Amino acid sequence: MSRRVLKFSMSLLLLALSYAPTAGAADNSAPVAITIDNFSFTPQEVKVKAGTTIVWTNRDDIPHTVVSTDGSSFKSKALDTDDKFTTTLTKPGTYPYYCSIHPKMTGKIVVE
Amino acid sequence: MADKTNDKILFDHNHDGIDRRGFLKCMAWAGTGALCVVEGGVLKSFALNDPAANHAKGQVSFVQISDSHMGFNKPANPDVVGTLKAAVDKINALPVSPEFMLHTGDISHLSKPSEFDNVDQILKSAKPQQVFFVPGEHDVLEDNGAQYRERYGKNSSGSGWYSFDKNGVHFIGLVNVMNLKAGGLGSLGGEQLEWLERDVKHLKHSMPIIVFAHIPLWTVYPDWGWGTDDSAQALSYLKKFGSVTVLNGHIHQTMQKVEGNVTFHTACSTAFPQPKPGAAPSPGPMKVPDEQLRSVLGITSVQSVKGQHALAVTDSTLA
Repeated sequence: MSRRVLKFSMSLLLLALSYAPTAGAADNSAPVAITIDNFSFTPQEVKVKAGTTIVWTNRDDIPHTVVSTDGSSFKSKALDTDDKFTTTLTKPGTYPYYCSIHPKMTGKIVVE
Repeated sequence: MADKTNDKILFDHNHDGIDRRGFLKCMAWAGTGALCVVEGGVLKSFALNDPAANHAKGQVSFVQISDSHMGFNKPANPDVVGTLKAAVDKINALPVSPEFMLHTGDISHLSKPSEFDNVDQILKSAKPQQVFFVPGEHDVLEDNGAQYRERYGKNSSGSGWYSFDKNGVHFIGLVNVMNLKAGGLGSLGGEQLEWLERDVKHLKHSMPIIVFAHIPLWTVYPDWGWGTDDSAQALSYLKKFGSVTVLNGHIHQTMQKVEGNVTFHTACSTAFPQPKPGAAPSPGPMKVPDEQLRSVLGITSVQSVKGQHALAVTDSTLA
């Protein structure tokens, strides 16, 4: 291949790469919604790609919280009716969580 | 409005062998407002508004209120201020004025300073000015209970537990709403249990014990978290006592259970009712027709008399 063609191919390649998603990058699709109502998280278990934004909305008539059981990944304030809590998980893994006010309420996020 | 109230005597827990006639006489308390006392094996009765009843040796008379949820404003009760005021009016109208009050938690709805302030302000109108509190899970949001303890836990240890004596009766306030684990129930924790064991170790077996805590200390309904993971250990320290009464809140309805020497009782809320166990998809606030609301909210009066196990626990609704 002549040098010129090589340079041109390299430029094309670089151009192409700059538009391609890099490995493990954020999936900037719509946020995943979880509803809190009747003392439950719905859906109770969600699978998301790493970097997806997750939004909880409290539709119940009593406050709830969203707290990861590992004690560090995410923790919301008390959410009154219509309050929201958002988190973005970038590390793959399983994240069980619960409501620290009503601990029988549990849910799970699986990040792939 | 006495004829409209739903006053029930739940039990006259007396082991001193009152004869049948005496027992039936005591069961007429609610209607005649009489206090029955056994002194030296002999049954005596006092009208409840008789000052002599108040000064019967070692008598303790107090009121339990619970779950005021100041700040709640949803359809189940848009006016929790009004219903708490009605509870205070009810307390002030009792024929025997209680010496003090217990509040078994969920004072506030969202742990906001203004909510605590409002409750304090309303309770200023109650005749019994001394109030002993334990926190509910709604009182310890965001700050692990620091604000609660600053306001109500001055003489307490750990997350807010403490004990005190009144006229020969030993009161123990426990905290079972901290550090709740996923999937779990209420929890007392090791440090509090160790404190409790020490606290009661040297008390005479004849001393009546009254324990108060927010979440029930017996398993009312585990699916809804209505119970305490480690209460059995706490109760094991109280086995030696002849009379133990446990007063709780949290479930917003009255319920009682007797197990050996222990009598468990839960109080109504002054804010909103909750469904009976399993009767609804979840334990949240239950909307009833407006004109019925005050009949499902209430207070609990408790009177105990030294020298015998008689403990009168009387629930009164607000209407």
